[in-house]
Amino acid sequence: MMEKLTANSQPLTAEKIWELLDEVLDPEVPVLSILDLGIVRGVRVAGEQVTVDITPTYSGCPAMNTIATDIRLRLLAEGIPNVTIRNQLSPAWTTDWMTPAGRQKLEAYGIAPPVDGTATGHLLNLFGQDTAVRCPHCKSDNTRLVSQFGSTACKASYQCNDCYEPFDYFKCH
Amino acid sequence: MLPVMQASPAESAALAAYPAAVRQQLFQYVLQLADTSLILGHRLSEWCGHGPILEQDLAMANIALDLLGETRSLYQYAAELEGQGRTEDDLAYLRAAVEYRNPLLVEQPNGDFAATIVRQFLFDNFHYPFLQQLKSSPDERLAGIAEKAVKEAAYHLKWSSEWVIRLGDGTPESRLRVEKAIASLWRYAAELTTPTATEKALQAAGLIPDYAALQPAMAAHLAHVLQEATLPTPPAATFALAGGKEGRHSEHLGYILTELQYVQRAYPGLTW
Repeated sequence: MMEKLTANSQPLTAEKIWELLDEVLDPEVPVLSILDLGIVRGVRVAGEQVTVDITPTYSGCPAMNTIATDIRLRLLAEGIPNVTIRNQLSPAWTTDWMTPAGRQKLEAYGIAPPVDGTATGHLLNLFGQDTAVRCPHCKSDNTRLVSQFGSTACKASYQCNDCYEPFDYFKCH
Repeated sequence: MLPVMQASPAESAALAAYPAAVRQQLFQYVLQLADTSLILGHRLSEWCGHGPILEQDLAMANIALDLLGETRSLYQYAAELEGQGRTEDDLAYLRAAVEYRNPLLVEQPNGDFAATIVRQFLFDNFHYPFLQQLKSSPDERLAGIAEKAVKEAAYHLKWSSEWVIRLGDGTPESRLRVEKAIASLWRYAAELTTPTATEKALQAAGLIPDYAALQPAMAAHLAHVLQEATLPTPPAATFALAGGKEGRHSEHLGYILTELQYVQRAYPGLTW
């Protein structure tokens, strides 16, 4: 602990905070950092005081308090105790903010990443489904929507028509 | 809930600008919106573990969670508007049924799956176009909450619309059940778009959407879904029940609150 405090005797910078935040993982999809997910909207450093703005993926996302706590713990471990975490609703989070690296990690983890350009507009196309979602297992585009609602608020349930594996799709939003 | 996070200052700054009377009306109104999503979310959560199939059990739990998320943002804002030191938890857990402002529709019992679907559809068909308009409210907090929630409400409306169609155009049994559900719940639909004195004042001030302007989109989607479901259009002029938005509730709300508030009433101030 003392070592870390000494190591941080140089002034805090926003860059340093961003680096540390990239080590905080989404508790529900633990291969993604909160930066991959695109939910960190701003970092400000004023002297010893750090302010981090985060935005929820979904209004009811139960992970938000855990994420806020994890941010505090990560910064505290670097000897940074003065942290304000603010919840920012607007502009509303969109899957467009998920980084390319984040999308690759998702697919490797077995969750199909959001397909660009399929956000809300088409939703009232009743019985329609998002454009081809690629199976993260066999990479086939021949898949079908099982349910718009999956194991967490941000995912839909799909099944592959070729390898028959069910999979989660991080739905476009 | 632990105060791990706080609202951004841009969102809090506007509060002071309202005259006291408007602020009080806005408080009542935000409370009404919060009560509405809380009670409907609670009703949907009663299905958890009892859904007809796993995917639809999950769907209802997901929608309940979205509504509870919207509820929390609204109660937090209501608590700030009131400025009396009450928290979101105080507002949810320590008010009596007569203080609740939700419309009667959302407190109606789950009944069978068809009744739950029809209740959800009638609500979603209002909620989605309403939030689309609320996004442009000059009140930044409400606009921000709406901007977030409208994306979720679109999924809800798609889901409930598709189920009305499946049940209506399904088997004789499913059709019979959805017809019965419409016959019993239609009378509660008008309250959603009938403004109270508080709502009229806020509409006149331009802070919340004019419900009359929502009617064309609502009527068009209702007609489309009922036609696809091969169901008859309910009579326009019908005996309508209202009063929930002014605290006059059916007996059902008392039972909901008894369960929802039990822990905080029995063990005041208990936290996880």
